[in-house]
Amino acid sequence: MPITHKTPLLDELEKGPWPSFVTDLKRAAEEGGSDTANDLLGQLELSYVQKVGHWKHGGIVGVFGYGGGVIGRYTDVPHLFPSVEHFHTMRINQPASKFYSSDQLRTLADIWDKHGSQITNMHGSTGDIIFLGCRTEALEPCFADLTAHGFDLGGSGSALRTPSCCVGKARCEWACLDTQDITYNLTMTYQDEMHRPAWPYKFKFKTSGCPNDCVASIARADCSIIGTWRDDIRINQDEVKNYAESGLDIQQYVIDLCPTKCISYEDGEIQIDNKNCTRCMHCINVMTKALRPGTDTGATILIGAKAPILEGAQMGVSEWES
Amino acid sequence: MAEEKQERITDIGPPKYDTAWTPFIKENYGKWLYHEELEPGVLMHVSETGAKLWTVRIAGTRLMSTLHMRDLAAIADEFCDGLLRFTTRNNIEFLITDEAKLQSLKDKLKADGHAIGGTGAGITNIVHTQGWIHCHTPAIDASGIVKAVMDELFEYFHDKRLPNKVRISLACCLNMCGAVHCSDISILGVHRKPPLIEHDRLLNVCEIPTTIASCPTAAIRPYNFEDEEGKQVKSVQVNNERCMFCGNCYTMCPAMPLADPVGDGVALWVGGKVSNARSMPKFSKLAVPFLPNNPPRWPETVEVIKNIVEVYAADARSYERVGEWAERIGWEEFFKKTDIAFTPFHIDDYRFAMTTWRSSTQFKFTD
Ligand code: SF4
Ligand code: SF4
Ligand code: SF4
Ligand code: SF4
Repeated sequence: MPITHKTPLLDELEKGPWPSFVTDLKRAAEEGGSDTANDLLGQLELSYVQKVGHWKHGGIVGVFGYGGGVIGRYTDVPHLFPSVEHFHTMRINQPASKFYSSDQLRTLADIWDKHGSQITNMHGSTGDIIFLGCRTEALEPCFADLTAHGFDLGGSGSALRTPSCCVGKARCEWACLDTQDITYNLTMTYQDEMHRPAWPYKFKFKTSGCPNDCVASIARADCSIIGTWRDDIRINQDEVKNYAESGLDIQQYVIDLCPTKCISYEDGEIQIDNKNCTRCMHCINVMTKALRPGTDTGATILIGAKAPILEGAQMGVSEWES
Repeated sequence: MAEEKQERITDIGPPKYDTAWTPFIKENYGKWLYHEELEPGVLMHVSETGAKLWTVRIAGTRLMSTLHMRDLAAIADEFCDGLLRFTTRNNIEFLITDEAKLQSLKDKLKADGHAIGGTGAGITNIVHTQGWIHCHTPAIDASGIVKAVMDELFEYFHDKRLPNKVRISLACCLNMCGAVHCSDISILGVHRKPPLIEHDRLLNVCEIPTTIASCPTAAIRPYNFEDEEGKQVKSVQVNNERCMFCGNCYTMCPAMPLADPVGDGVALWVGGKVSNARSMPKFSKLAVPFLPNNPPRWPETVEVIKNIVEVYAADARSYERVGEWAERIGWEEFFKKTDIAFTPFHIDDYRFAMTTWRSSTQFKFTD
């Protein structure tokens, strides 16, 4: 289907080496025949001309028995762009660490082609799969298809938000925690609290396998679970020698940058005063082959991180470790 | 109807994390020994069993059509036994176990126009929010600015290296869905005018007590007046002096819009991090209080960001993140080197200001 709106400003975003969401939306409209994509391009072009958004916060919409997972949205210019009159989003709980089989991806695509706009976010900031642009009457049948294929909605509003985690032990040698399992268990334990908002405000759990904190839990989770260890960093002195031979300046780039000055390099060997190590990960990050976290692993739990609105930004405060 | 409801499936949660895992991932779970970055975008993980896993990372757009999803699924089928994953920063990773396929996977991705990169000491995808694509409170767009900035910084994604990684994030209003406040560079949409109050419909669409309570600076108070026709109107009033243009009231009360084509724009923050490596996690600090909202390519914003990255690249020591570099040279020097003006807007006067002010005699003189 040809695109019915002129989009000279958006067309500028088809240039350049970074993948273009405009090109992709055009494809959904032209090749996929999505009217919603066509009108979304039209409305977005209008926003680019006028420098303001055109979405209205909607009344309560959702699926039966759930108080969240759907965000109601309507255009304020439906006479211009009728296909985005309703433009609700469905948040769908992603599998922990976002591994998919090609079949799962195609299943999601099939469901969304059938009930919605063909437009998604893979993924939203909190971690959910997002189906963008759903009509009110399509919510319930789409939900039925999702659950029939093993997917369920995520959280929204004053509820538990969809927990998320880093890739963890599935592909990272530094993971001190089973991040996926923790995330899955929390998600399953709090299904009711996630789907039926009953809390004073939103609440987020995020789990990182080590203090590198690849999911930024320390900055944005009410409860941040971060893997750590309390025994000694494992050292492979043969690999230390290989690093030295390959030209790494161990003194300058590892030893001198240790925040607690607890690591030393003498006679070709690394020594660590582990009692004074704060497990910051720097030396391990640089010498991946020679150094590894210890084996007596557990979690540091931090609470209270949030973005700035209301009381100002806060980072997580560490509670205990085990 | 009653029967139908009984059959309805609810509260099943997401697919269990390992349903997509291939036997290879299960066998090597928790056994990873080390990894190497073979080139930007290509990692090799080595397991205690001796097994190796290659990861090829490509740029994702976050906003994605189902056609695009199907293309990714087809590539996963051809090279990766059907397995793929998405990263926290909206990139896509293809995982392969057969080194012989690595080159052909890379060739295929390149031929299809995908951008390989985004690992290690460079710039990866910009975590971002919805902007004009979906949200009701944005001051700026999201996807368009991300595209414009990443086009300009593309070499740092694809091959050029920096002293350390530079994490860039974008949020289109102060709500900060992406929690951008701890990034090396944060792009933040800001409003600069107080909300406009639509007195004639406010009482119909808003609850006055919750609207008043939503304001973090207590700038909203009840306002009752007689209109031209002599009718009593119940509404609210904003003390403009106290308003910090956060838009919180608008979320509660749609009759208080504050989007405005001239007043809205971009603020840039720098020097934050979430990793605990070396120094503590840090908040980003205000670098540029306002740049114009200038679609389709936001040239002013792109230029300032590119300059910060280039000055950092030339001046920082290996492994220093942007914030660590700025702290070492001194923030005065950061502003001087990046040629960014330090203005009265940079001085924190919010309620926790005392915790952010310098309380030390240690600073560096600059001329
Ligand atoms: S947070 Fe640590 S364990 Fe998790 S992926 Fe990042 S480096 Fe690996
Ligand atoms: S983990 Fe950090 S604190 Fe511990 S020895 Fe290494 S660099 Fe030093
Ligand atoms: S940051 Fe603000 S405008 Fe952007 S998506 Fe979130 S709430 Fe909406
Ligand atoms: S924009 Fe924020 S500070 Fe201003 S009146 Fe509304 S809630 Fe209060």
